[in-house]
Amino acid sequence: MSTEILETPASPATQFDIDRTAGNFSYPEQHEFDAGTGLSHATIDYISNVKGEPDWIREFRHKALDVFLSKPMPTHWASHDLDNIIFNKIRYYLANAQKPTRSWDEVPDDVKRTFERLGIPEQERRFLAGVEAQFDSEAVYSNIKAAVADQGVIFCGSTEGLIKHPEIFKKWFGKVIPTGDNKFSALNSAVFSGGSFIYVPPGVKVKHPLQAYFRINAENFGQFERTLIIADEGSEVMYMEGCTAPKFETTTLHSAVVELVAMKGAKLQYVTVQNWSANVFNLVTKRAIAHEEAEVKWIDCNIGSRLTMKYPGVVLKGRKARGEVISIALAGDGQHQDTGAKMIHAADETTSNIVSKSISIGKGRATYRGLVHIPKHLKGCKNNTECDALLINAGSRTDTYPAITVRGTGNACQHEASVSRISAEQIFYMRQRGLSEAQAMSLSVNGFVNDLVRQFPMEYSVELKRLIDLEMEGSVG
Amino acid sequence: MSLEIKNLHARIAGNGTEILRGLTLTIEKGKVHAIMGPNGSGKSTLSKVLGGHPDYEITDGDVLLDGASILGMEPDERSRAGLFLAFQYPMEIPGVSNANFIRAALQARMPEGEELEATDYYAQLYEKMDMLEMDRKFTARSVNEGFSGGEKKRNEILQMLMLKPKYAILDETDSGLDIDALRVVSKGVNSQRGAERGFLVITHYQRLLDYIVPDEVSVLVGGRIAMSGSKALALELEAKGYDWIKEDAAEPACA
Ligand SMILES: Nc1ncnc2c1ncn2[C@@H]1O[C@H](COP(=O)(O)OP(=O)(O)OP(=O)(O)O)[C@@H](O)[C@H]1O
Ligand SMILES: [Mg+2]
Repeated sequence: MSTEILETPASPATQFDIDRTAGNFSYPEQHEFDAGTGLSHATIDYISNVKGEPDWIREFRHKALDVFLSKPMPTHWASHDLDNIIFNKIRYYLANAQKPTRSWDEVPDDVKRTFERLGIPEQERRFLAGVEAQFDSEAVYSNIKAAVADQGVIFCGSTEGLIKHPEIFKKWFGKVIPTGDNKFSALNSAVFSGGSFIYVPPGVKVKHPLQAYFRINAENFGQFERTLIIADEGSEVMYMEGCTAPKFETTTLHSAVVELVAMKGAKLQYVTVQNWSANVFNLVTKRAIAHEEAEVKWIDCNIGSRLTMKYPGVVLKGRKARGEVISIALAGDGQHQDTGAKMIHAADETTSNIVSKSISIGKGRATYRGLVHIPKHLKGCKNNTECDALLINAGSRTDTYPAITVRGTGNACQHEASVSRISAEQIFYMRQRGLSEAQAMSLSVNGFVNDLVRQFPMEYSVELKRLIDLEMEGSVG
Repeated sequence: MSLEIKNLHARIAGNGTEILRGLTLTIEKGKVHAIMGPNGSGKSTLSKVLGGHPDYEITDGDVLLDGASILGMEPDERSRAGLFLAFQYPMEIPGVSNANFIRAALQARMPEGEELEATDYYAQLYEKMDMLEMDRKFTARSVNEGFSGGEKKRNEILQMLMLKPKYAILDETDSGLDIDALRVVSKGVNSQRGAERGFLVITHYQRLLDYIVPDEVSVLVGGRIAMSGSKALALELEAKGYDWIKEDAAEPACA
């Protein structure tokens, strides 16, 4: 197997891309399992056969494909850029093996080197309770520290989860986000592969984070991981995901579905730091159900991609449940970050908090879409929404579409929005003090997101700062 | 050693209006050179052109910093080469604390891989703030955000004291300052006077020059230096206004 690295060259069309020193490399592909190009019922049978799945999931996939094909693109409200995804030119399943190893030594050299360059094995040693590393369609490595597994915590890939733990998996799979929720959740339901399945038994508090890393290596590829996390009564867990892809000229699609269930009194935190290259369509559906007195917190950092559409949500199903979405979106020149949050209050005394910060640079565009729903019959519900945009250099654009339906007199809702700008004059001021243009922009951006980043786990706030610096260096060319 | 401005012609980029029209001026190290002149004569433009502001195009002439041209340098390179501009209208930088901003500016002057020592830095910062009678709360506030006019000007001088430039251009640092502030800020500037530093002080008021006594005074009219003299010239201008110079300057410049 060749281990030569192919650095993808920058072309004028992508001059505004980040110099992703960490993520922009790829290895020559050699896949043992390849579903070919395009999407049909035969593609689904191929995936299901290779994975050796039970019939119920094969049927689930076939039905989902029909739903996907019957649903129109949501371009009546979303970006028309979606029409540029040519579904028949995408490869839906690429893998070398179905079973991840438990040891990095058994991971093929070139794949291992990929994750080493991304720092994953080192982070695992330093501060993680478990790691799953997905390369294209399947996890190549999956391991959980023995002390955590001994407490009954399950952490594995979606296929292993549905085959080995059907009694838990089946109960929740597709229940938080039904197939027909939207066109891309249907697509994921049809062709999903990889992602994590986590179950934390009642009362178990997982001290260190569990982490998954999703790596796209192949061109014209679609990655459709599916994650299901169940935190049983009174348990606590934090899950972190990181994502990268090399810079290709052609379209790459990342369309995940993430379902979270927090049972009574459970605390679940889901942290994402995505660093996509500018050819990636990143269309992800994320939702949680929070039962009585449970707390769910989404921390979502979206950097890069051509178009990201993502609105993490929490259905506040039990009394006193609490939901939170904290998001940072950075839209570089030519990129579009269409992000937001959904809070569906469905019980008394539920509270939700949304803090969204977006940064648009040059012709970058950031859109915030929020949905807060508190029906009339509920009492003592509260929502707080804060939505701040930073525009750097003329031409950047930000839109806010908050949809807040708060009915009933016993409920309170607060909404604040702000737009600030960093003008050429401000950049000149900072440069006059000796900061390069990139440093000046980084400083402004870091200042803007600082109060949010302080709430992140340390390792991730350092990583985010590094990514912002890189993005700024890239955006000044 | 000097900052030498030679026959500088500059116009607004894109529109072509020439604002500096053959300006020649020398700021020597160890000296304070004051510039006065009517509104709109090009004083702020001169300072921004020296700083490398992208709004302006140089069409002729040169600017030499200790003998080397700076015209090909980026604004931040000029700053690191030792040029400092105290702005007439300082910018607000939301979200960036004053202390972090100045620290980043100092860090940008350090060799790659070296980190500024935090305790030393704060000790220095507090010392300079005390000299300028600035409250400590200004370290945590965003750069200039919500500062009063006078506070902004004080903050410019604080940055100058911290960055220790070779040449400092102060654009109307006195306007907006109350009497006490004027005294304090002048004290700060005077503390930095010395053989290793040159100043260009732009002002409309001779009063400032009682505090910061200049070695030379020049008058800028219509984009070029119309007259130079000693400190006495400032007094004369205060008494007579600019009309008599404008008339002189209207004559075709002798070539
Ligand atoms: N970027 C610009 N765009 C358009 N006009 C400009 C620009 N910069 C300077 N000017 C014009 O050039 C002239 C000189 O402006 P400048 O700010 O240098 O004057 P000044 O001498 O500093 O005046 P003041 O004493 O009022 O501060 C003015 O007429 C001004 O309107
Ligand atoms: Mg001026």
